[in-house]
Amino acid sequence: MVKQILQRIHDLCLVLGVLFVSTPAFAVAETAAADPGGGKPWWFWPIVLLVFCFILGIVAVLAGVGGGVLYVPLVSAFFPFHLDFVRGAGLFVALAGALAAGPGLLKRNLANLRLALPVALIASTCAIFGAFLGLALPVNIVQICLGAVILFIAVLLATSKNVERPTVTKQDAIGKAFGMSGVYREETTGEAVEWKTHRTLLGFFMFIIIGVAAGMFGLGAGWANVPVLNLLMGAPLKISVATSKFLLSITDTSAAWIYLNKGAVIPLIAIPSIIGLMLGSFVGVRILAKAKPKIIRYIVIAVLFFAGLKALLKGLGH
Amino acid sequence: MTTAEKNVKASAEQIRYANILFYGAWSGIALMIITYLIYVLGILPPHIPLHEVPNYWGMAADQYLHEADIGRGWAWAGMLGKGDFLNFLGIAFLGVLTIIGYLTLIPAYIKKKDTAYAIVAILEVLVLLSAASGFLGSGGH
Repeated sequence: MVKQILQRIHDLCLVLGVLFVSTPAFAVAETAAADPGGGKPWWFWPIVLLVFCFILGIVAVLAGVGGGVLYVPLVSAFFPFHLDFVRGAGLFVALAGALAAGPGLLKRNLANLRLALPVALIASTCAIFGAFLGLALPVNIVQICLGAVILFIAVLLATSKNVERPTVTKQDAIGKAFGMSGVYREETTGEAVEWKTHRTLLGFFMFIIIGVAAGMFGLGAGWANVPVLNLLMGAPLKISVATSKFLLSITDTSAAWIYLNKGAVIPLIAIPSIIGLMLGSFVGVRILAKAKPKIIRYIVIAVLFFAGLKALLKGLGH
Repeated sequence: MTTAEKNVKASAEQIRYANILFYGAWSGIALMIITYLIYVLGILPPHIPLHEVPNYWGMAADQYLHEADIGRGWAWAGMLGKGDFLNFLGIAFLGVLTIIGYLTLIPAYIKKKDTAYAIVAILEVLVLLSAASGFLGSGGH
């Protein structure tokens, strides 16, 4: 009974947190159009960003999405920073998260090098093109595309039904040639689960698109990696989620360097974002162990719809 | 013990890669926190005074570099004596970790005579080095 009440309080706090983070920045951002600092001292925005990203980190873990996919649309919508710097910081946010999560996933053989390396090569190469494209196109075009992609992600999150263990009756020739198979320990049952991929060529093709999108929008790409690895290529869900997280450390590295070399990284923005999101993720993981607030996922989907629409309208000049 | 049971453990090269990421990521994050404090506490004077940064963050990256008189590519490496650019040490460190990890994979795959993955790893290093070099697209804008 007490546990249930505590869980309800937890859930309520989190819901309020989401609503809270969306409002103060929003209110000041409206005035920021005329003054790039919104009439606030220089330290105001980095502190708000740190707190915002801390809460975002908690929410992202509870909703089962990457930090980058929430960071770029929300920060670009509610903070007075140019989209270039938001995307640059977004890539480093996703990169830092992937680098910190990668070791544990690799050691438990959930993130698998044999699955990750070939697709990472494709995605990271294409992320470079995406980054150049994103930095070369007019900002309103990027905003419109970003809005459309965010709306698509929201639909994907709302409708995608991942499969725990897809059935792969026969591995295709490319998957076999690359040895894209493995075994992992299912911790709930102690069982050793063998897996292999199929439709590998189509999967490779999808990673061209994923790479371009990751570089162009600085979103990270877990939202796309997981369905492609799981639903298309037939990797078990646990392998797909873990390998996707690890993949981001490679895909985002190439795009992040392009943004860094093009001057699209301002430390005053990037570092509070990275630290805030990482701290929030740690807290989120601890909360997740105690509660599974499904409502957070629905709120995140709603927030993404809102942020996507806002980006779309901003790009259209409204 | 079945073959599946034997293969459930991560390969040696995967464990080595994981260890590089583990120590590297946390060192990089610690470095970022230290350099950020040096920057915001004014211990090292920045290239752009802190109170002027809001005048730049609303600009496109291109315009920001021009207005703030900052070079492209690795120009930041020559400005590490400035508080703001010192922060790029930690940021860039995160960017080289994957390259270091891959460099350990190449000899491991060659030793295992796993030619396909050795080639994939070499190509990945080349891709990441090209991105990091700053040479790509340097003639643009």
